Formats: sequence, structure tokens, C-alpha cells
Amino acid sequence: MTYVILGVLTFLSLFPALWIVLSSLKEGNSLYSDTLIPREMTFVHYKDLFEKTMYPRWFLNTLKVAVFSTIIGTFLLLLTSYAISRFRFAGRKTTLKTFLVLQMFPGFMAMIAIFVMLNAIGLLDSHWALILVYSSGSIITNVFVAKGFFDTIPRSLEDAARIDGASPMKVFFSVIVPLSTPMLTYASLMIFNGAFVDFIFADLILRTEEQRTLAVGLYKMVSQRNSTEFTLFAAGAVLVAVPVTLLFLFLQRYLVDGLTAGASKG
Amino acid sequence: MKKPVGAAVLSAIMFGFGQLSNRQWIKGFVFAAFGTVGLYALIFELFEYLRGLVTLGTQPSGFVKVGKLTKMVEGDHSIFMMIKGLASLAASLLICFFYVLNIRDAYLVAKARKAGHPVNNFRQSLASLGQKHFAYLVLLPPFITIAFLTVLPLVFSILIAFTNYADPVLPPARLVDWVGFDNFSQMLSLKQWSHTFGGVLLWTLIWAVIATATTYVGGVLVAVLIHQPRVRFKKFWRTALIIPFAIPNMISLLVMRNMFNNQFGPINDYLRRIGLQGLPWLTDPFWAKVTVILVNMWMGIPITMILAFGVLTTIPKDLYEAADADGAGSFQRLRYITMPMVLFSTAPILIMQFAGNINNFNVIYLLTNGEPVNIRYQFAGHTDLLVTWLYKLALNQSQFSFASVIGIFIFLIVGSFSIWSYTRTRSYREEDMIH
Repeated sequence: MTYVILGVLTFLSLFPALWIVLSSLKEGNSLYSDTLIPREMTFVHYKDLFEKTMYPRWFLNTLKVAVFSTIIGTFLLLLTSYAISRFRFAGRKTTLKTFLVLQMFPGFMAMIAIFVMLNAIGLLDSHWALILVYSSGSIITNVFVAKGFFDTIPRSLEDAARIDGASPMKVFFSVIVPLSTPMLTYASLMIFNGAFVDFIFADLILRTEEQRTLAVGLYKMVSQRNSTEFTLFAAGAVLVAVPVTLLFLFLQRYLVDGLTAGASKG
Repeated sequence: MKKPVGAAVLSAIMFGFGQLSNRQWIKGFVFAAFGTVGLYALIFELFEYLRGLVTLGTQPSGFVKVGKLTKMVEGDHSIFMMIKGLASLAASLLICFFYVLNIRDAYLVAKARKAGHPVNNFRQSLASLGQKHFAYLVLLPPFITIAFLTVLPLVFSILIAFTNYADPVLPPARLVDWVGFDNFSQMLSLKQWSHTFGGVLLWTLIWAVIATATTYVGGVLVAVLIHQPRVRFKKFWRTALIIPFAIPNMISLLVMRNMFNNQFGPINDYLRRIGLQGLPWLTDPFWAKVTVILVNMWMGIPITMILAFGVLTTIPKDLYEAADADGAGSFQRLRYITMPMVLFSTAPILIMQFAGNINNFNVIYLLTNGEPVNIRYQFAGHTDLLVTWLYKLALNQSQFSFASVIGIFIFLIVGSFSIWSYTRTRSYREEDMIH
């Protein structure tokens, strides 16, 4: 009986994915198909993706933004949460409360302001603006989980290093960083994923088609040319989903650790 | 001068003077240099911007006769003035902060001198930055980025709620003015707005409760299902059921949007093949709400399932054995052992998910776009949450002031709830006990 339920659940979980993959392979442009598995399979939509749209460009853009955001964001995040976790500095509790409060504002409130600001400086339509926004946002979102993680590392290791005469910076790089691999992986995954799929900020800040990221490009494809070029969208969706999905499945363990670390610490 | 108060007073008169009197020559000069630049900026430039912040422009754009021609002359751009004013406010505050620090430093160093301690020379001062004040040094870059990219925009958005920056009052054609709490009272008293606001708010809350409850209960049940000892291939089921989570939610939402399509989507197609009528998944107000909740369950259950798993593996088996010995059935085991333990460990997550669902932009916007449209609502649809309404108001209707008002309301609701729950969690209370 249990197996029946599990079977049904698995089917429900996988059906959308299955459907979109098969749709990307079927002939024609329409949404409707009379059989689940297409009568004739074709790769023409994938070809069209690369030739007729700016898909490859978008992919590279997204990759660039995601990679840089991950590197900068993770670095800033680790430094910040480490400092907050370890050092009792003036204004610490206030900082924590401020971060908590900042996290609760819906992202769009900042949106208009950032748009106007970037417009005034002339950084609109630039990938670096996006990277900065993502990095800064990721600190706030992840600082509590990261801090909780650091709280669990015993101080004895750092104290030993300090007694041996290492400066705080050295302690950070040689002791803490190697130990924080699970947290590093979790944070990198979260930031990378966030940058990869975000479309609200990307839509706002990037103004020309060449600069677009995948998320925006795909969304525009669906909202503007809905049922008429559905299969093209399907191919695009599959190509975007596959790398991220594989990444997630591969790094499942760290994800779970990261989520549960947050759970047990509150 | 050996008196500490004297050194403090000197620093109060001018940056760096107290440091000079403490015989910290280089440090004193550096402070004085910074101070001079700061004061110059303050007096000659920042003051103008700060004034602009208050007036929001006095010179409107208009036609001006220049010689024989009438030209369009651009006036003050209220919003740019606001931004510059805010940035200047931040800079001014920083300068004041530095001023206070400079006085404090002069006082402390003079006190140390009086007590006979040697005074640091410049190189030693720099070295101590890396040691004693490591935290401050390290936190500086993140804080600056956050200050400019998060705090400043937020303050700006909050302030917009107190202006009349909305179509048709848009710079540079028109000047924006401060209107105090007018927008708030309009939102609550003008029938079109208050009706929409109340309706959207109600649905947002209902949605958050149902969405959180369904994904949570669903996830726990699935986890319990898989966790049963006699189930084999546990890892397979887990991996298969985590797929909805692994697929970027933007993609799955857009895919679902097509799947639930009334005429051509596969779901209605299969329903029709077995003889049932297709349902208006996305076009009927009621069904749209159902669809949204169902899709959210599809995406959210894997997450709670994983969390529940983590907890389930930590429940000691002897509890279950004792229950069996007492003759408990599986339902009772679930109710008296499993659920309480899972709830206890994951309660914080539950709260976070609730707060998150109130602002769950993607699910609503990408799946239904807030539609079907409700003509009795002011620019909102039946499935719109406060956030999606905010987004539409700002981006599509250029009603920035009202969008900001809504944003503030969202913050108040989510904020008070989150602060209340966070301060009650163990992590916050036990914090100082861990070290």
C-alpha cells in the first residue's frame, strides 16, 4: 500500500519534468499534443534556440553573473558571520537585529531606489551592478544560518592557533575556512542558484537584449510568445533546468546539512 | 597637554588637534586632513543636497522664453534630488560619527598617557587595527555594501510613501512634494483602495496559512511514509521526490502555467480523455486559488520532507518500541511521538516559511500573474498577494507612492511577527550560553 502511494507521488513529482522534456522534442510549435510521447522526435527546437535567439549569450551572461556573485557573496558572508559569531564588539546585538529587520522587507521596495540610483550613476544595464546587488543581498539572507554554523565550531582550535601567535586574519584563513566547507558549499549553492534564476532584479537592471540573463530571456519568451512558440520555450527551459538540477542533486548532502543546521539552531 | 578632558576639547575644536597634543603626530595630521575634507564637503556641497531633500525641488520644468524662441527648460528632478539628499545625509552622519570617534580617541589616549602608558606611534596604531579591532576592519566592506545597496534604497522607498510620487506626478515633468500621511489615510479610507487593500490582505493571509500548512503536513507525512522500517529503496524515493525542489522554481512555475492551460494543456487533455470536463484552472477565481496552492505543495513538500527526515532519524527507537509494547497503533505513534518531536525541532522553520509565504512573489506572479483580474479591485487580481500587487503598482502603473505604502504595511506585518518569533527561539536566548 505504501508503495502505491509512493509510486503515485513519484509520478506526480516527475511528470512535469518529463512532460517538458518530451515537449521540447516534439514537432511543431503548439502547446497541444495528442500523444505524450511525440510521434516524431526532433532536435530542431534546440537548434533554433542557439541560432535564432540570443540564448548562448544569455547563458554566458547568467554564468558570469552567478559565478562572480557566488565568489564575492560567499567571501563577504563568511567574513561577516565569522566576525559576528566570534567577536563581542560594540553594537553586535543591534547589528543582528538590524539584519533580521532588513530581511523582512520585500525585495522590491529596494528595487525602485536601486533603479534610480543606478540610473543616476550610469551603472544601469551593467552586470556588475547585478553582481553587487546579489552579493549584498545574499549576506543578509544567509548571515543567520552561517552564524549558527560558526557558533558550533569550538573555540579551542582558534585559541590554540592564537597562542601559537597567529593573527586573526591568519586564524581565519588557515583554521576556519577549511572547517567551514559544508557551510561554504551550502552558501555557494544558495547564492549561485539565486543569481541564476532571479528575474526581478535582472529584468529591472538589464535593459538591452544582449545583456539579459536566462531567467529574463525565458520569461519574456513565455509571456510574449506564449502558445505560438511553446516548444522553443520548452527547449530553453530544459537547458536551464538541467545544470542546476544536476548541481542540486549532486550536492544534496550539503543542502540538507545547511537546512538542518538552520533548523536545530532555530 | 596631559589632561584627558583638554585633549578631548582640542579634538572637538578641530579633527586631529587632540591627537597632536597627545604627541601622535602622523595620526593627528591624518585625522586633520580627513576632517578638513569632510568639513569642506559638508559646508560647500552636502548642505545644498540636504536642502534639496527637504524641498524636493523648487524649479519645475517649463517653457522659458530665450530670445525669440521658447525652449523647454528642465527644472529640478525631485527624485534625483531625494537620492542625492539621502546619500549626503549618510555621508554627513559618517562625518559626525568620525568626529565623535576622534574626540573619544583623543580622550582615551590622553588618559593612558596620564596613567604613564606609552603612546602608539602611527605604525603601531595601524598594527592594532589588524589585531584588536579585527572585527571592525573585517566588517567594513560588507557594511558599506549593505549600507548603500540595501539600507539606502530601503530608506528611500520608505520616504517615497510620504510623497505623491505616482502617475501623473512624475519627474522631470512635475515636481514631487511631501504629503505626510496622506497616502496612508487614502489607502484606508478611499473606497476603491481600501476595498482592494482589505481583499488582497485577506487572501495573502489565507494563502500564507494554507500554503505553509499543506506543505508542512504533506512533507512530514511523506517523510514518515518513507521512513517506515519495512520500506525499501529509501534513497531512491527520497531522490525522486526531491526533484521538484532541484528544478529552479522559475522554470517549473512557467512549465506548470502551460500544463494547466485551459484549452491545450495536458492536464485538461487527460481529464477530457477519461470523460471528465476540463477545469478552468487558471481562469476561474476559485480554481486559480486552488491551482496556486496545489503547485506550491508540489514545490514545497520536498523541502519539508527533507527537514522532517533529518528529525525522524534522531528520534530514539526505544520510544517506538515502548509504544508498541503498550499496544499503540501506527496512528497513535504518529500523533504522540513523531509529530511532537518533529514540530519541536522544526517550529522555527515553520515560522520562517509562513513569513516567506506572505511574500511568495514567484509562485503567484509566474503562475497566474495575480489573475484572473478582479474589476472591483484597483489594479489587482483574484490571486494577487500584497507583494505582487505592489510590483504591478510600481512597474505597470507607476504608482510608486502607493506601492511603497503597501511595502511598509507588509514589513509591519511580517516584521512584527518575525521579531516576536525569533526572540522566542532558543538560538537567540541561549546565545550567550553557548560560549
